[in-house]
Amino acid sequence: MTVPMASSVKEGENGHELKFQLVDKSLKKCQFQQDALIEVLHSAQEAFGHLDEEILDYVSLQLKLPPSWVYGVATFYNFFTLDPQGEHVCVVCLGTACYVKGAGEIIARLEEALEVEAGSTTADGSLTLMTARCLGNCSLAPMLTLDAEVLGKQTLESTIAAIEAKRALVAAAAEEEL
Amino acid sequence: MNLTALTELAEQELQRQQDLKLRLFLCYSTPCISAGAEAVKVALEELIKEQDLAAQLEVVATGCMGPCSRGPLLRIVVAGEERTYEKVTPEQACEILLHGLAGNPIETGALPADIPFFARQTKIVLGNNGWIDPGKIEHSIARDGYAALAYVLHEMSPEEVCNEIKKSGLRGRGGGGYPAGVKWNLVRKSPAERKYVVANGDEGDPGAYMDRTIMESDPHRVLEGMAIAGYAVGAEQGYIYVRGEYPLAAARLTKAIRDAERCGLLGSRVLDSSFNFRIDLRVGAGAFVCGEETALMTSIMGRRGQPVPRPPYPAQSGLWGYPTLINNVESFANVAPILHRGADWFAGFGTEKSKGTKVFALCGEVVNSGLIEVPMGISLRDIVFEIGGGLPDGGQFKAAQTGGPSGGCIPAEYLDTPVDYESLKELGSIMGSGGLIVMNETSCMPDVAKFFMEFCMDESCGKCVPCRVGTVEMYELLKRITDGSAMLGDLETLEELCGLVQETSLCGLGMTAPNPVLNTLKYYRAEYLAHIEENCCPAGVCQLDQVPLLKLPEHAAELAIFKEEN
Repeated sequence: MTVPMASSVKEGENGHELKFQLVDKSLKKCQFQQDALIEVLHSAQEAFGHLDEEILDYVSLQLKLPPSWVYGVATFYNFFTLDPQGEHVCVVCLGTACYVKGAGEIIARLEEALEVEAGSTTADGSLTLMTARCLGNCSLAPMLTLDAEVLGKQTLESTIAAIEAKRALVAAAAEEEL
Repeated sequence: MNLTALTELAEQELQRQQDLKLRLFLCYSTPCISAGAEAVKVALEELIKEQDLAAQLEVVATGCMGPCSRGPLLRIVVAGEERTYEKVTPEQACEILLHGLAGNPIETGALPADIPFFARQTKIVLGNNGWIDPGKIEHSIARDGYAALAYVLHEMSPEEVCNEIKKSGLRGRGGGGYPAGVKWNLVRKSPAERKYVVANGDEGDPGAYMDRTIMESDPHRVLEGMAIAGYAVGAEQGYIYVRGEYPLAAARLTKAIRDAERCGLLGSRVLDSSFNFRIDLRVGAGAFVCGEETALMTSIMGRRGQPVPRPPYPAQSGLWGYPTLINNVESFANVAPILHRGADWFAGFGTEKSKGTKVFALCGEVVNSGLIEVPMGISLRDIVFEIGGGLPDGGQFKAAQTGGPSGGCIPAEYLDTPVDYESLKELGSIMGSGGLIVMNETSCMPDVAKFFMEFCMDESCGKCVPCRVGTVEMYELLKRITDGSAMLGDLETLEELCGLVQETSLCGLGMTAPNPVLNTLKYYRAEYLAHIEENCCPAGVCQLDQVPLLKLPEHAAELAIFKEEN
């Protein structure tokens, strides 16, 4: 059985279709090899920001793998997320060096201030708070990344200030659109 | 490209570098960028454009120089004398450039040339770090990059290469310490139509970033080591498995592979010989257990990264059932220097059983945190107090943690222990991949043990029962100790459980997960007892606001209130 490619069957929003085309590109690049599942999931997550059921099903059809297999791989690795992410992602490093220097306290206070648990997104969808096991920047401990930016030698105050600045940007952009 | 072309290219590049009046080396690794290296680079470039200096000098954006806590770092060489400036601002950088060009470099902000941080190090693996732009293959070639590969391909047989590695005494730098030469020979002798070489760059230990720095600062060194390994064992395909958390390393390796292929240093007919070798990059997706070799291989094959029982060892049956040589990135980075300068030269460093050098990520409560490379056998005291400059703010040394969640804490009385595989093992810790975290008296040992146990609990892949269930139970016990609800019996249960998990787990993760607990129990038992018997945390970290279940009758009054409320 040949499975039609997304680009020919998917209707609806243009952006959605474009994202599937990115997945198709990566599928073609790896010649639909089943062993390349992780690479395909990487590119799918890059395109969509997360992996929902529709995407996982699509990948399993294209690679001719059982959906349970694809789901199993997607949930095994911490990097893949099945829930949509917030506009901004804050990753607090909880490696040993950061922990010794007080990252545990920072994450606890952030959870309190943002009213969100680590690993989930704020109610307004503006920020996802995550933790990491070590981002390999131990000399900057305690450190965190806000989107792609690395912020080193953080204190409780500086972290909250940085996050508020980001969220203010979102709010300003939203207002401008209105 | 052939051997002559390679030498020519190296000479050409060296000549170009010598013709320049001044070369500035700006550390452009993550810590320095976050400290402001980008602004420094922009300022320097603007100045060069403004005064039209491009023909006389160049700014090289290098990989990590080491003393990360002092960034941004800028290094210049004037009249054969090198100067490294710390905490450089854009204005200072322009001044350094102008004075350097005039031949009278400024002294303010320069690190003294003889500070122990540099003087006590021996750089083999990190030899090129801070001297080359990792994105430019010609920089690497000018510093003897791929020369060892060229020599090996034309002058040595695979057997000779394996024996040379064996003779050098190089041991696996990922933590296991298995003799690399023996492993290479095993793979070489395994009969198979296809073989693979895998570089393990899944550096999951918290507090360790040696492999990241090597891959980011000198990617060609790793590729060359892998190609030599491929020739030695008879493989034509290699994989580098990089952690998903290291996007910069992945990007630099991708570029390095492409550049090397374009120059004919990788791909088919490498350096005009009959040897073909391709390297592909695999990016991990955030699973600590994938650092274990069998789990890593299942992950390369696109599956859940769960380990499989050994034997068969990867050397007999690895990727897709074919013999596979799997070594750590740092081990591969040692290969080219060994073959370039000889096994005897390499064996001249280190101790009798541990040869060469080891890269450590020195961090935590220490003045000079950063990346260091020291000969094996150096004492812990020299690392922490000489190179590291001691603890900041007059802090008291309490422990040095090595080996991440598989290692342990070394107390102050063993500070003079030489750092090598055997000595650290005797102390109940391990060399590990090279994370070295210094702790002061504000760190609570049961809390640290709990921290690592939580890590192992989260990262356990769930395949074997001892690890899946054992880590959760051990974590619960440690949690009870640190929240005040533990009884003396819990300590016994904990110790028993540690032994059980250690003996019966499937892979290294479970086998070593109890190490931090056993090790801290051995050296800091009093601290555990203080938590349980006196209900106090000597370091002042734990809250201890709970009560042991069996003691609840003593708190009957509170219990009654609790019942009423519910």
